[in-house]
Amino acid sequence: MAQLLQHLINGLAAGTIYALVALGYTMVYGVLKLINFAHGDVMMVGVYMGYATAIGLGRQAQSSLWGVALIFAAAMLGCALLGFFIERFAYRPLREKPRLTALITAIGISFALSYGFQLDLGFKLPLPGGYELSLALPGASPRAFPEIIRPTEWLIIGDRDVVIWNWQVISFLIALGLMLVLQYLVYRTRFGRAMRAVSWDHRVAALMGIPTDRVIALTFMLSSALAAGAGLLYAIKDTSVSPLMGLYVGLKAFVAAVIGGIGNVPGAVVGGLVLGLVEEFVVGYAASTWRDAVAFGFLILVLLVKPGGLFGRVAAEKV
Amino acid sequence: MRRLVPMLLAALAALAAGCEKKTQPAPSGESGAPTATAGQSAGSAAPEGSDTILLGEVGALTGGQATFGISTRNGVELALKEANAAGGVKGKKVAVRVYDDQSKPEEAALAVTRLITQDKVVLILGEVASSSSLAMAEKAQAANVPMITPSSTNPAVTEKGENIFRVCFIDPFQGFVMAKFAHDNLKMNKVAVLQDNKSAYSIGLADVFTRKFTEMGGKITGTESYSQGDTDYRAQLTAIKKTQPDGIYVPGYYSEVGVIARQARELGLKVPLMGGDGWDSEKLYELGSSAIEGSYFSNHYSPDNPDPRVQKFIADYKAAYGGVPDALAALGYDAARVAVEALKRAPDTSSASLREAIAQTKDFPGVAGTVSLDEKRNAVKSAVVLKVADGKATYVTTISP
Repeated sequence: MAQLLQHLINGLAAGTIYALVALGYTMVYGVLKLINFAHGDVMMVGVYMGYATAIGLGRQAQSSLWGVALIFAAAMLGCALLGFFIERFAYRPLREKPRLTALITAIGISFALSYGFQLDLGFKLPLPGGYELSLALPGASPRAFPEIIRPTEWLIIGDRDVVIWNWQVISFLIALGLMLVLQYLVYRTRFGRAMRAVSWDHRVAALMGIPTDRVIALTFMLSSALAAGAGLLYAIKDTSVSPLMGLYVGLKAFVAAVIGGIGNVPGAVVGGLVLGLVEEFVVGYAASTWRDAVAFGFLILVLLVKPGGLFGRVAAEKV
Repeated sequence: MRRLVPMLLAALAALAAGCEKKTQPAPSGESGAPTATAGQSAGSAAPEGSDTILLGEVGALTGGQATFGISTRNGVELALKEANAAGGVKGKKVAVRVYDDQSKPEEAALAVTRLITQDKVVLILGEVASSSSLAMAEKAQAANVPMITPSSTNPAVTEKGENIFRVCFIDPFQGFVMAKFAHDNLKMNKVAVLQDNKSAYSIGLADVFTRKFTEMGGKITGTESYSQGDTDYRAQLTAIKKTQPDGIYVPGYYSEVGVIARQARELGLKVPLMGGDGWDSEKLYELGSSAIEGSYFSNHYSPDNPDPRVQKFIADYKAAYGGVPDALAALGYDAARVAVEALKRAPDTSSASLREAIAQTKDFPGVAGTVSLDEKRNAVKSAVVLKVADGKATYVTTISP
């Protein structure tokens, strides 16, 4: 029983992060019908932005409340900017080209980021006042993410049968908060309504006076910021960060988005949670070797029974 | 604006080219080596009159095992620098061309093919990871070019053929060392195993450990697995925790082991972790922090060894690269020196005479133990067991074959 509870906690922790990343896939797919394979790598860049901010703040400041807020803000804003540039210079010029072109471009950006970040490059900029700004790519080897939430045990059941840490609860709350903000943005604001209209049919939306380019750019920024937030939670949870982390998490989150029905916002959340829990229970109660096989097998099963995913709708293709 | 993207790509390509150049040591001389190979018309023997002998090296300079590849490269560079300073081989300089395999076996195989067909190297050094060395050995054996792996411990590597050698011990021995140490020194009875299913090295060590430990009367409470690149091991560790072992054998690589240690402690698993030489990296202490303290691993060498030869190597390495050399740097150094010795002894640089010369290596005084190659082209030598304490590995004991 205690073991079940511990697995449930582990699975939820992994699942909320998949869900946050999956939301980014789903939103971009919703407005552009593009599977943005660079999404996971944008998340990785966000993690390193957070890492750099945390190191810049120093040991004391990084774990204070405003320090954590600053780390999140820097990573999310930085990634929003990155998302903007990727959309503007890589995807927008290809918007009227066949969809495959944009897809291949996305894969290209993904590799450029994940392998580019392994290069050993850096430079220093002298700033007025004797300060120096040093910018460098992180290099290939994994790094330990600083403990920006000092780990404390909040709940221990039995003889350490179940342990819950403060950062697990805090991460869960942050993830929940981000999802609620997103829910509000998509369903309660003018921008959200515009976004949903574009996802319905972007040509008609443009005819109705919706600035589709701006809506798409904003969607990219939003999904990238969300990825950065998810990435930081991931880094807090698993402590090791490396330039290749985005490929792996990105793939899993993509599966989660498809399970939930890609293009569907609540679907991505449910898909992420389901995937996290399925993986955890497979490893915990069956053989760990089976984790990926079962995760992808589950994806195939869902698609066989409901081709549009759990929450997706299958649109009949009009010829 | 649309022109910006191709420009950016061109800039990236230029950067990549710049980086590749950097991996080659100064003595090879970017223009000197290719002309040497261009002048060579037939056979694998180096042309008369050329003033360099070119070796090839494949290593993980990027990717998950990057510190392995970089350490090994430094060790090789240091050995060749010394050899060249002492007059080189037969009046020629020895140079090495290094290619990065991004920690991927398939890239390692490509790199070997490139070294053999384009650069026409006489001998190949590398890799650290057994999975990559296996892929390389296949190609080197087929092309009949001798290859020395500094630190791949999986037995299958040298079984690929008579051209493949190693200067380190093999997995069965490492698994045996830890089983013996856990049973005799730590008095453990129940041990759980957590292995990396993507790595031939990890599976090899885990198998032997399981067999030997059971033979000694111990009990394996459970075997769990993960895949390289994972960062969440809580499910496996929760399952292991239920079996209440005295210790956990985790024969993986440092990049994962550090995180595994943290999550084990987080879940309340306090027993020591044990592993092999894959742990050996400064990064282990950064990633594992206080969680990895009190764990043990088997290794090829210890920098605490007072032998003047070892201490001189450490001092030279520190002067050149900063930082204490890890075992992989020591083995890279030994492998390059065994190669240079063989080049000196061989009458010419044809692969047949080189292979013969390497096979005759006996009682060679390496910094990571004395190297004698047996008839299966493996080095027979003892292993050390190290304990992690105060953020570094300290020598515990030596276990002999």
